[in-house]
Order: sequence, then C-alpha cells, then structure tokens
Amino acid sequence: MSGEPRTVRGTPLELADLKKGKVFTTAYVPKIQYAWDTGVAIGRYLEELKNGRLIARRCQRCQRTMVPPRMFCERCFRSTDEWVYVQDTGTVNTFSLCYVSWDVRRLKTPEIPAVIEIDGASPGMGIMHVLGKVNPKQVRVGMRVRAVWKPPPQRTGSITDILYFAPIKGKTTKVGTAKKPR
Amino acid sequence: MSMRRVAVVGAGMTKFMRRALETPKELAWLAAKGALDSAGMTLDQIQGVVHGTAPDAFDGLHMKGEYLSEGSGGWKKPYLRCYVGGGTGVYAIAQGWFQVASGLFDTALVVCEEKMSTCLPHPQAAFLTIFDNITEQPLKPNLLWIFALEQNRYMARHGIRVEEIARVSVKNKRNALGHPSAQLGAELTVKDVLASEIMAWPVHRLMVSPTSDGAAAVVLAAEDVAKRVTDKPVWIQGVGWCLDTTYWTNRDLYYPEYVEKAAWMAYHMAGIREPRQEINIAEPYDPFAYKELHHLEGLQLAPKGKAPQLLADGVFDRDGDLPSSPSGGLLGVGNPIAAAGTMKVCELFWQLRGEAGPRQVPGKPRRGVAQAWGDLMQVGTVVVMGTAQL
Ligand SMILES: [Zn+2]
Repeated sequence: MSGEPRTVRGTPLELADLKKGKVFTTAYVPKIQYAWDTGVAIGRYLEELKNGRLIARRCQRCQRTMVPPRMFCERCFRSTDEWVYVQDTGTVNTFSLCYVSWDVRRLKTPEIPAVIEIDGASPGMGIMHVLGKVNPKQVRVGMRVRAVWKPPPQRTGSITDILYFAPIKGKTTKVGTAKKPR
Repeated sequence: MSMRRVAVVGAGMTKFMRRALETPKELAWLAAKGALDSAGMTLDQIQGVVHGTAPDAFDGLHMKGEYLSEGSGGWKKPYLRCYVGGGTGVYAIAQGWFQVASGLFDTALVVCEEKMSTCLPHPQAAFLTIFDNITEQPLKPNLLWIFALEQNRYMARHGIRVEEIARVSVKNKRNALGHPSAQLGAELTVKDVLASEIMAWPVHRLMVSPTSDGAAAVVLAAEDVAKRVTDKPVWIQGVGWCLDTTYWTNRDLYYPEYVEKAAWMAYHMAGIREPRQEINIAEPYDPFAYKELHHLEGLQLAPKGKAPQLLADGVFDRDGDLPSSPSGGLLGVGNPIAAAGTMKVCELFWQLRGEAGPRQVPGKPRRGVAQAWGDLMQVGTVVVMGTAQL
C-alpha cells in the first residue's frame, strides 16, 4: 500500500453541534494565579518607568545599548556593564491598525501597536507599545514619536505608565536601513 | 559527517477541520495509522516515536505529550515530545531523523497533532501568554499584532503593496481545492481577498490561516529497511533549524535571518549550492499570506523583496518554475499548529513519489524543501527531501 490517502480521516463538527448537545462535552475553567518576579534588569526598568524615564543596559564588548535592559548580553554571553538612560522619544519602525482586541472583540477605532526604536539606544533597538493622539490614516513608518506619561501619582511601575507614544509634529525620517550594531 | 541515510517511507494525515469530533489522541492515532499503512508497516516495526504538539494551554491538559503518547504509537517505546511553536511540524522530522541517522534506531514514527477548537471562545486568547509577561502583556497584545507589524515592516522596507501579498491567498486556497483533507480550499480573486475584513492592517481576514484540528505523521527508516519496505523511498537529504532572540523588537523583522541560517544548514548537508536551481518544489510555512513570501526569501528561493514579483510572474504556481505550497498550504489546507509543518512534509513525500493526485506538480520533481516557523517569530525549521540517495 502506498500513495496519498484517498480516504479522508476525521469527523468535522460545527460549534452548533456542541451547543445543541448533539455530542457530549465537558468544560473546565482554570482558576490559576501567578506572581511574576520582575527580576534585576526589568525590575529597574519598571522603577524608572515610575520615575518617567526609560533606562537601558550597555554591553562594552559589542557596544550595544539595549532596551528592554538585560543583565547579560545574549550575543557576547557575558554580563552587561552599565545602566544608561535613554530618551523617551523614538522612531516608528513598524505599526499596525488593529481592529480586533486581544479577546477577539471587534473594534471600531483601531488600536495602533508599534515597534518604536528608542533614541539613545543602539540602532534597531525598539520596544513594543501603542500609538495615540494620531489619526490612524496618518501613521507612517519613520514617524517621530514621544512617550505620553501618566501623571506621576498614577504610575505603578509598569509599561503602561506610558499611556502611548504620540507624534512629534512634522517629523518623519526615511524607512531605516537598520544598521546592525556590529 | 558519518550519518546513515534516512528515508521517509510512509505518510498519513487526518482531515484538517475547524472542529473535530475526535479527541487529540484519536486524531494522532488516525494520522499515525495512516502513515504506517502507507508504508505497509506495523507498530512493532517502529523503534522510536517522536511527537510534536503545541502548548498545553490550547487543550487545558497538562502533560499533553504523555496524554498523546498512545495515540502516537508510543506505548512502551522510547518516546520524545518536542516543541518549537509553529516550527514544531518540521522540527519533529529532524528529531526523528537523527534518531535513525545516528544509528540509534532503524525506524522512527513522527506524529504531530493539534486540537485548537477546545479553547473557548477562541484559541487566540491562549496566544496572549507568548508575549513577554512583564513588558508586553500589560499592553493587551494579540497574535495579529506581531504578524501585522512584521508584514508592514516587510512591505515598508521593500515598497511592497498589499495586493501583491493577497496573491498568496489566491494561489494557496486554489491549490487546496485539490487536497482531500483541506479545510479552506476556495476559488478567489485578489479583489475578494482585499474586500475581506481588515483584521489588523495590513492583514485582511483572507490572508490569515484558520485555526484547525488535525494531525499528520510520517514513518522514517534507515537505508536497508527503507529499501525493503518500498521501491520509492524519499530521502531526507538535509535538516536544519535555528532560533533567534525573543527580544523580537530588537530585530529588523523585514527578513528572517534565522530561516536563512536553518536553510543553509540543511542545504550544506544536502550538498546544495544554488537553492534556486537545485530545488524543484517548496512548501514554505504560510500561516499568513506574506509569510510565504518572507520565507521563500529566507529559504534563498527569491532575492530579498523580490518574491512578490516572482509570484506575480507565476513562478510559484503549481505549473510554474518553482511551485510553492502545491498542497494549498496552511491558508488552504488548514493550520493545526504542530501538524501543519508535518502536512508540508507529507506533501513533499507524495509529490516526489508522483502520488499527489490532482495536485501533482508536473515534470517529475526530484527535490523539495519544507519549512516551518514559529515561537515568538524566531524559529526556522527546514528539511530537504529528494528522490536521489546522496
Ligand atoms: Zn555584547
């Protein structure tokens, strides 16, 4: 015997078959909680977010200034060397206009996730965040943006202490050719 | 390298479907039995079993590998579960390959399974946890984000238009019409694809593969066994895989370097110097339309940024110079995560034996490459298969 199976194996069902009780199902809703330690590097990152600043770590060997910060350089496989404050401005590396929420609800006004290359970090070093205070139609790769922070009393030491990044008026740079740091 | 030659001698798969009556274990069994039957072999002739399946969160079952072991033919055998996200389906082939190539076993059964429909209301919610738990999850990302961000970066760097990418959906869904196990074969136009809902610009609904239930399996055998059980063994000529950093926002997403590295690992093993000349069929991973083009470039089958033009020129059509996803791909056949890559390996097996029925690529193809991709947009897994015993 050989060859592509001509018999189709498996039995397709519709969700309605479950709802109508055509087939038996059992259900399970997990109730589990976790408390994640933020660690050395990200702990400091969050502390500085609470202060309204972005901080990076620098590796002396490969000369990369890395954000999000990390205590070891994954390329050189050695400890990183120093903390470096970077700017809360940057350039949109890429973005999307997303009409679906994380739990698959449809959205009338799109969320605008983006990768933002942070000024002061090495070229191509971006973080993921969302854009705000911008007409979705006018978002461009290369657009210059600045973090909009929560008022200090409302900050909790979270990436959401930055509400969003908003355009710096009239500034767009060419689509980067993303030089490699080394 | 003093490795033994390894052949694929059997392949089987279930229908890929939005929701299956069968349990994961039953799906794995159907695919595994199909592969054994196609090789004319029985389980007692199998020495090692490799299984691939995605995170336990999809099923809400802990120790899912163990749960699936009987369905995969793993009872009282050396059994290995492996996992690299969407890359699993081809990665698992490499795991089986080195068990046989090393001389440890003469035969291995590789079974990949996924049942995504269990997770309600939609398995999408289970993907939230792939993002960094501290710096990204609080932003409530969804899986579409990273694909849309990567597609936009690819388009922006090369000046590619959305309609050029929509052609992938048209080609693959059409190819899938010839696949008896396909979930979403369709005759569409570029206009239909662009008229479909914008999920996350630049991604339209018809550029996204479905969620699926299904399983696929192959039997691997060392040279002497292979020649005994079949007169048409398909040889595994090379395998490769490579993992890039999870700091995905620190990489330029326009090009998958890790796919290139994985491809060259496999090509070197296969003695390939000019992939574009020496590969007859490609089955690149296409969970989203642009990914096929992105991966064809990573696989060195198109120059950077040029895959859309080659697609428009018909090069990747089933009767083109380099047919790509003649199976119908994930966009057409379906995307039960781990099983999807193995489906592509099954397709190469059928194509290279001239047994692909209405999907058969003309011209007696002699060599193909299958590739899968996954984790946090960071892993490439590649297998080169051919009719020639190198
Ligand atoms: Zn370094």
